[in-house]
Amino acid sequence: MFVRRLLLAVLLAGAAALALAFLVLPLVAIFVHASPGRLLSQLSSPVATDAFVVTLKTSVGAQALIVLFGTPTAYLIATRRFVGRSLAITLVELPLVLPPAVAGIGLLAAFGRVGLLGDSLGALGITLPFTQAAVVIAVAYVASPLYVRQAIAAFETVDPNLVAASRTLGAGPSRTFARVVLPLARAGLAAGLALSFARGLGEFGATIMFAGSLQGVTQTLPLAIYAQFDQAQGFDAAVALGAALVLVSLVLLLSLRLLLSWPSSSSTRSSFRFGLSTSG
Amino acid sequence: MAELLLDEILVPLRSFDLRLSLEADGVLALAGPSGAGKSTVLRAIAGLVSPRSGAIAVSGETWFDRRRRIDVPVDERGVGFVFQDYALFPHMSVRRNVEYARRGGADRYLELLGISHLAESRPLELSGGERQRVALARALARDPKILLLDEPLAALDTHTKAIVRHELQELLAELAIPTLFVTHDFADAAALAGRVGVLVDGEVRQVGTPRELIARPADPFVASFAGANLLGGHVTSTVDGVVRVLLADGTSVATTETARGEVVLAVYPWDVTLSAEPPHDSALNVIEAPIRSIAELGGRVRVGVGPVTAEITAESRRRLDLEVGRRVFAAFKATGTRIVAGGDA
Repeated sequence: MFVRRLLLAVLLAGAAALALAFLVLPLVAIFVHASPGRLLSQLSSPVATDAFVVTLKTSVGAQALIVLFGTPTAYLIATRRFVGRSLAITLVELPLVLPPAVAGIGLLAAFGRVGLLGDSLGALGITLPFTQAAVVIAVAYVASPLYVRQAIAAFETVDPNLVAASRTLGAGPSRTFARVVLPLARAGLAAGLALSFARGLGEFGATIMFAGSLQGVTQTLPLAIYAQFDQAQGFDAAVALGAALVLVSLVLLLSLRLLLSWPSSSSTRSSFRFGLSTSG
Repeated sequence: MAELLLDEILVPLRSFDLRLSLEADGVLALAGPSGAGKSTVLRAIAGLVSPRSGAIAVSGETWFDRRRRIDVPVDERGVGFVFQDYALFPHMSVRRNVEYARRGGADRYLELLGISHLAESRPLELSGGERQRVALARALARDPKILLLDEPLAALDTHTKAIVRHELQELLAELAIPTLFVTHDFADAAALAGRVGVLVDGEVRQVGTPRELIARPADPFVASFAGANLLGGHVTSTVDGVVRVLLADGTSVATTETARGEVVLAVYPWDVTLSAEPPHDSALNVIEAPIRSIAELGGRVRVGVGPVTAEITAESRRRLDLEVGRRVFAAFKATGTRIVAGGDA
């Protein structure tokens, strides 16, 4: 009995160790390959700095859009019971199950020159594909479900009696939202934003279809990695950029965590940890 | 004009419709079993639920009138709502909770409720009784035209409940704000309110002072809700104004109420006395049976004997040396019985 139990424990631990090693190995390999000295020299190249700037600008733009439109959408879905609510939830989650390449071609078919809205946009003098705005749209499209889903869950956990209490105490709907709902949902919203940010930073498929890969315009870090990799002797540069992307993600996520959960309660921290672990 | 006026309110609920017309001044309790629609009444007055029809007015101000298309928003009605779970904002200190209702001047309300020392605490750090005071302070800081209390004592343990009940009694008397509170406990209703309405399945069965409800319950539900034993049987004889009722188990009971046919008699537990020896008073109804159950509740002991429950003091229980299974004599006067159903002469 004892031996069997011991054997089971060893098997379990062994499987878990193997799985974890498998997950972390590629990361280790990247940093083994790209020593700090080589990393710095590779990263000072124009391709790398351009990709940095493009990634940063488009990520911030896309996340701003997601928060601006995603938050009210999530609140509506979380607190109201209306006809077509489950359809709305399905639509919100749609980009999650859509392959990024399909999302990219879809965006092109919708907003492209010969696309569904191409003529109307053209009449307004707007051309979207292969511009920085297209990167923002592609990233927003692909990353938004991660924020909105988490935001719905966060709003759903706010006790409706607290909202009711706020109203009876003389606060209108907007003051109630700002002083009761938002502070109580903040941890969940921050976790969602972190997930969405992480997903957006790595966006590749939809971006390359809809925005192309023009250095300094639409070439984000993931696209730059692929572009380098595609060149002869580009592997080192690609690995260096890969390491840089990992570092950028980490720094962004950590600063977001500090920014949004400060001053934090214990519940804020724990729910944020959940967010980070699911993004990994 | 009444301070609170509910005019043919109709709110459809899951399994029945809440239909209510009510006029009230001072402190009114709506008492009834859970799921009777009590909380919905409070929510309708606060504006958290919109009735399908009817009108609501408080101190002459119309807050809701379906026909005149009046529906004053929740935040403009001026209600002091104390939720059953108190609904304190967990991310704010006690002071901030009270200030939420009134910027500045929170101190007065913290003092009134005796919770100044808790001002900087978070709601999660407080006991049930303390939370309730914070909820009351916050509701009062709103300077409400009506106070709505949803099961104000339900979330408290028995010991705290007795203390808070007493404090609440004094506070409500001192404030003189029209108050409507709902409870599933008739004793709480009787202790706190001048008038009690019994609400069952969305309709008010009877409204009156606690004394009236006990003395003249309109139906068996009100009687049993007020705590009475209900004894069903049929009238066998009437001699010299004493009516004899034969119960289902063969016991014969005398009542001084006039009745005929099938009846339901109400006997209050505090009108039933217990003894180890048969009492010698022939005017008494006596039931001899083994003790079914003994439950002690804050100095009072409820003892189940055959078809009735007696309420005696803990002192009497010790004196009589009562235990479950022992045969005792439960006695009550013919004048202590009331006919609550049937018996139309």
